[in-house]
Amino acid sequence: MNRGADWFSSIGTERSKGTKVFALGGKVTNVGLVEIPMGTTVREIVFEIGGGIPNGKKFKSVQTGGPSGGCIPASLIDTPIDYDNLISVGSMMGSGGMIVMDEDTCMVDIAKFFLEFTVDESCGKCAPCRIGTKRMFEILTKITNGTGTLDDIKALEEIALALKNGSLCALGQTAANPILSTLHHFRNEYLEHVVEKKCSCHVCKVLTQYYIEPALCKKCSLCARKCPVDCISGVVGKETYVIDAAKCIKCGACVEACKFKAVVKK
Amino acid sequence: MNMVNLTIDGVAVSVPSTYTVLEAARRAGIKIPTLCFLKVINEVCACRVCLVEIEKARALAAACVMPVSEGMIVHTNSAKVRATRRSTLEMILSDHNRDCLACIRNRNCELQTLADEYSIRGITFDGEKSPSVYDDKSFSIIRDGSKCIKCGRCVSACEKQDIGVLSFLNRGFATSIGPAYDVSMADAPCIYCGQCIIACPVGALHEKEETEKVWEAIHNPNKHVVMQVAPAVRAAIGEEFGLPIGTRATGKMFAAMRRLGADKIYDTNFGADLTIIEEGTELIGRINNGGVLPMITSCSPGWIRFCEFYYPDFIPNLSSCKSPHQMEGALIKTYYAQKNEIEPNSIFTVSVMPCTSKKTEAARDQHKDQDGLRDVDVVITTMELARMIREAGIDFNSLPDEAPDQDLMGEYTGAGVIFGATGGVMEAALRTVADILEDKDLPSFEYKTVRGVADDVKEADLTLAGIPIKVAVAHSTAGARKLLDAIRAGTAPKYTFIEIMGCSGGCVCGGGQPQVSAQNLMDIDIRTERAKALYEEDKKMPERKSHKNSEVMTLYKEFLGEPNGHLAHELLHTHYAPREIYPERLVEQ
Repeated sequence: MNRGADWFSSIGTERSKGTKVFALGGKVTNVGLVEIPMGTTVREIVFEIGGGIPNGKKFKSVQTGGPSGGCIPASLIDTPIDYDNLISVGSMMGSGGMIVMDEDTCMVDIAKFFLEFTVDESCGKCAPCRIGTKRMFEILTKITNGTGTLDDIKALEEIALALKNGSLCALGQTAANPILSTLHHFRNEYLEHVVEKKCSCHVCKVLTQYYIEPALCKKCSLCARKCPVDCISGVVGKETYVIDAAKCIKCGACVEACKFKAVVKK
Repeated sequence: MNMVNLTIDGVAVSVPSTYTVLEAARRAGIKIPTLCFLKVINEVCACRVCLVEIEKARALAAACVMPVSEGMIVHTNSAKVRATRRSTLEMILSDHNRDCLACIRNRNCELQTLADEYSIRGITFDGEKSPSVYDDKSFSIIRDGSKCIKCGRCVSACEKQDIGVLSFLNRGFATSIGPAYDVSMADAPCIYCGQCIIACPVGALHEKEETEKVWEAIHNPNKHVVMQVAPAVRAAIGEEFGLPIGTRATGKMFAAMRRLGADKIYDTNFGADLTIIEEGTELIGRINNGGVLPMITSCSPGWIRFCEFYYPDFIPNLSSCKSPHQMEGALIKTYYAQKNEIEPNSIFTVSVMPCTSKKTEAARDQHKDQDGLRDVDVVITTMELARMIREAGIDFNSLPDEAPDQDLMGEYTGAGVIFGATGGVMEAALRTVADILEDKDLPSFEYKTVRGVADDVKEADLTLAGIPIKVAVAHSTAGARKLLDAIRAGTAPKYTFIEIMGCSGGCVCGGGQPQVSAQNLMDIDIRTERAKALYEEDKKMPERKSHKNSEVMTLYKEFLGEPNGHLAHELLHTHYAPREIYPERLVEQ
């Protein structure tokens, strides 16, 4: 306002003028609101302004546009950010949310997370969104619970397309974006969940097992004492501790308790 | 009229500029499927089934509301459209009670038709069903939420009646449709007109079926079954057997009813003629003795409930006459019983009506005698009669033309027949009242100004024996509201007599009549087509004035005495009471 339209337009790209405020969050060192000129790349935002990924983890993707947006994978890290580019990579600007994800983020779980919001927010007027968001969420729940099939992935894509082309408003039309974009860039993760019944990021609880490495276990019994469901057995000082997978609720208390990093997720 | 040229699936059409793509496609012989669309009543683009591809457009467009434009190129069956449409249909089916075999709309369901037309062979996306309610507390209308597709046609139909009992509840996947607080229809200020049933494309709303009661009575050797049938039924029953809309199927209707096995078949038109004598006498009495005017007709139970709920200040204006079938039922249990020496409680009276509200009307306390004997034991709708005919294996279309039984109560005049159309009661009443006041058999007795559906409130000015008489006719409760609000506000003229019908077009379009698909309703006004059958029958009758009904005259001479006399009042008249809208006790639970 102070410096006028011409100054504002001198910043930015050809079709996206000026600056944009992003709410930078997730697996990134510096979180908060950042204002950047349009055209700034994802790399610059995440690694220069954001300070990179903490704990030495590898960058996986950023998600922009919230539940209506999509994921930009590491391979597209040099994409300059503006309205058109984001759409062309299968995402959108939305209200400026930018969530950074690292190697420990399960992309299927992310899609499910955003869809849960959309299912709740659907007004219910048009059939594709009212029913389709619910069905997609049901399928994603199946997949993250290890009971998904390849036909489910096919069904997911069919519903997603029907929502995109058939919904009455932009909520329904963009509801499938997180799914379509993760299916496009991270299809291997979906296949892993469905075919191998595995979540290599160890996020999907049903597919994750908590396990005590016998070689690292010091038999201190701390984990057993912290366990809220008493599913860890052993003898202090004498026998290595073992988690009963059938009773384990995957709360993670044992991981936090162990000072020897003997409890791992697999 | 501006015309517009466009191309649909390669076919060039020229249509008025006010047309939608859906209407234009129909002209081109192309059917674009629809589900939530109901002409004039519900045009909301909710189902997304009618989406079509328009070249150069940003997205698929809903054909039901998309206006045509010059040079538009439309594809109704492209790969993108087909995929989207199939997925949408499958999704709707995935959240639907698919027990078609046991459904009242089996083979008469718009969703079932679409599933068949699109060769749906399985539901790929099955899952949780949205929450739903099964409400069968009322005597007239049953709500089955498990079949609801949330198209909103019923909500809009009730809003079009200017009542609005039904609305959307909750949101998202949990969306459902019902009265406020999701109370039963029996507890809501519903008039049971059944326009919601007529609007519903599936089996989510339907009448309470009572055909079993009729079969039981027919099979019971100790029950003497007397059936009567309303005028509007003959104008529509043929539709259930493939005959064109507006076919006058009177002869076959009586033949079919006889073959069902009832002991006696009568026509409610006898009761209609009787009503005219009673009501005409009542009107002349009010005119001469300073009674409450305008007097308002009382044969439409939907209108009566509407009056009791929403306009109780007009209760004094209502005629105290029962409706024709109630009068006839009362006489069957007394006059007919005596003349035939049959015990009244072994008589079972059945009324075949175009109306769902009459099921509740027949159960009113005011329509029972002091021993609790009902005038009419059961009311079945036109649809229920059709089902009984099919169940009995009767080939309707090959039946000969028959007539009601001709003894005692089988005669009727043309004035009785036209009761089924808006303006018919008024015209019938005027034919008699005019003759009485002018004290002659007037040669001209058609009152065409009160006929028709162009307006929902119609007026006529007459002078009879020097008395200026202003009459009004309203149909649909929206029309009733307009008229009554004007009278309340003092802006209406001083009417003498008013006819009000709860349903638009009158009984021919009542809640018990055959449903016509939304696609077929695009080209035809069933109110006018069905009414034509009644006016046609009127013209064919040997007598066309109610007071010329010789059996009605005999009834007075040998049994009732004077019109509006003591016995007439006891048997043929009733009273009304205001009803509470959403009383406190409902909200508290």
